[in-house]
Amino acid sequence: MADDTQGIRIEELRKRYGSGDTAVDALRGVDMAVAPGEVVGLVGPSGSGKSTLLKCLGAVIEPTGGRMILGDQTIYDNGWRIRDLRALRRDKIGFVFQAPYLIPFLDVTDNVALLPMLAGRPNGESRERARELLAALDVEHRARAMPSQLSGGEQQRVAIARALVSRPPVILADEPTAPLDSERALGVIRILNRMAGQYRTAVIVVTHDEKIIPTFRRIYHIRDGRTHEEAGEGRALD
Amino acid sequence: MISLAGRDILHAWGKFVFTGVGLGLLIGVTLSMAGIYRGMVDDAEVLLDNSGADLWAVQKDTLGPYAEPSTLADDLYRGILTLPGVARAANVTYLTMQVRPVAPNQAAPNQTGVQAGSPAGDEAARERRAMIVGVVPGGFGEPGQPPFLVAGRHLTRGHYEAVADVTTGFRLGEQVRIRRNLYTIVGLTRRAVSSGGDPMVYIPLKDAQEAQFLKDNDAIIAQRRRTAANPVFNRPGQPEVLDAVLSAQTQSSSVNAILVRLEPGANADEVAADIRRWKHLTVYTRAEMNEILQAKLIATSARQIFMFLVILSVVSAAIVAFIIYTLTLGKIREIAVLKLIGTRNRTIAGMILQQALGLGVIGFVVGKTVATLWAPIFPKYVLLLPGDAARGFLVVVIICVLASLVAIRAALRVDPAEAIGG
Repeated sequence: MADDTQGIRIEELRKRYGSGDTAVDALRGVDMAVAPGEVVGLVGPSGSGKSTLLKCLGAVIEPTGGRMILGDQTIYDNGWRIRDLRALRRDKIGFVFQAPYLIPFLDVTDNVALLPMLAGRPNGESRERARELLAALDVEHRARAMPSQLSGGEQQRVAIARALVSRPPVILADEPTAPLDSERALGVIRILNRMAGQYRTAVIVVTHDEKIIPTFRRIYHIRDGRTHEEAGEGRALD
Repeated sequence: MISLAGRDILHAWGKFVFTGVGLGLLIGVTLSMAGIYRGMVDDAEVLLDNSGADLWAVQKDTLGPYAEPSTLADDLYRGILTLPGVARAANVTYLTMQVRPVAPNQAAPNQTGVQAGSPAGDEAARERRAMIVGVVPGGFGEPGQPPFLVAGRHLTRGHYEAVADVTTGFRLGEQVRIRRNLYTIVGLTRRAVSSGGDPMVYIPLKDAQEAQFLKDNDAIIAQRRRTAANPVFNRPGQPEVLDAVLSAQTQSSSVNAILVRLEPGANADEVAADIRRWKHLTVYTRAEMNEILQAKLIATSARQIFMFLVILSVVSAAIVAFIIYTLTLGKIREIAVLKLIGTRNRTIAGMILQQALGLGVIGFVVGKTVATLWAPIFPKYVLLLPGDAARGFLVVVIICVLASLVAIRAALRVDPAEAIGG
């Protein structure tokens, strides 16, 4: 079981869409805990509630009930929520998407440095931090390139760097390996594991990619709006 | 702080520049329309300035001589000269007609009644519509005379000389045909135009009076025949009656207005009141004549131009709105990502607004440049005032702000959850 004093923890999280006869319970009391530095998989078939859970974890939609605690901060608590979800997303949550969704008119460095720059940090400091991350992810040599000039794997590594730039306690990765071949997919998971350990970040990877599922030490299966935890193979990546 | 709008513009600069150029041409047309209106007002001002008059005495109860026909006897000016406060008074006639230069080999040693040959094709192409101004020959300072010359001399002889505005294209020493007579261009002036923008050609008053009523030979013969057949004019034993009538029919003693210049310190309203009272004429001061020209003569054109300005402004706004909206729709996914990672709404709105303003600035610069470049090519005077340009820029900014609102609304409605699949 993960350390429950940091990282991210959710208890009895529920989400209902609509009301009355047409109400749909997408989440029916989800429990989950991910410790800092840990990478867990979230696996489930279509319509199981994966995306809804990811949106709740990402503070994009509000759950109907339950609790969510990020680090030492309570985000939701049975109808109560913190006021500024936008600032929470900016400072505490990193996102990696199925497609990298890099900003096409910014070069690689500025794509990574964008978030701290928009938050008011000095441009130089933000770019320095971006270059450090790009170096850690082995794409420093493409720092001046535009996103359209990168390969799919390079774009995904830049997206990971963007997710890490604010040093968030948690990263949510939505099908990050879907468009990649086996080698590159495993490369991305390897990077996520390395970064999670290096920056003490909790990483939740939503996937149904059979190539990478064996790499997780813990996996949450979600079905009909409920999760159950099981140990993964934790197959070595190196 | 990084400028997302600036980066986007630099990334797709070709699209922005070409769109801005297209918008700029539209803005250029809009500025030119405003310039044409200003030119019309300036033409009216220049018309009054060039007349050198403080008062215009015209036929009673008319708005003449520019807005309505006005006919006065040409000896009335003598009486006006005797009134207190009047420094000078001079007759003037105005007649708008076609004037064409005549090839040297076709210009017969002109004198009245001599019909010269038809102008060659080149001369026909240089034919101009002009306002013929009949003035009393004299020189500088006479009311009605062109206020300055850029070449040649003023009218000094009583017949067959002309001073033309340079925009007629006529040259010094060249001969032009007005009705049946030929006139030698002895002087050139500038910015001598009618309220309609036609360039002026000044000729001696007597010639202008004749030109107003001069008929062709066949018409004169027919009129003489009709008069001779009328027993009232052709009485047995009194041939001098018929001679007198025929003589009166071929001469004109009418003018369109009397231009009055006041003595220094004279009160224009008091002198105008005296002329009305003692000479039974309608008299206009400079302010009243200005009002007639602007409120009556060019008012319809001004309203028409204003309507064009409104339509062009609406079209410009629609184009900017459409372009910015389309550009924004093309970035919906990026906007969703920006919102998901915590970008403020005002940052996204600012990006769209800055792009709209950028487009407007490019458009305005292009528009002002092309309007300045093509203004001299316009047949009518286009007066581009710095104040109008400043107002135009302000309108462009307002249009861009308003046009960006639709795109901003669309961007702010983007759900950040769109960046997450499912």
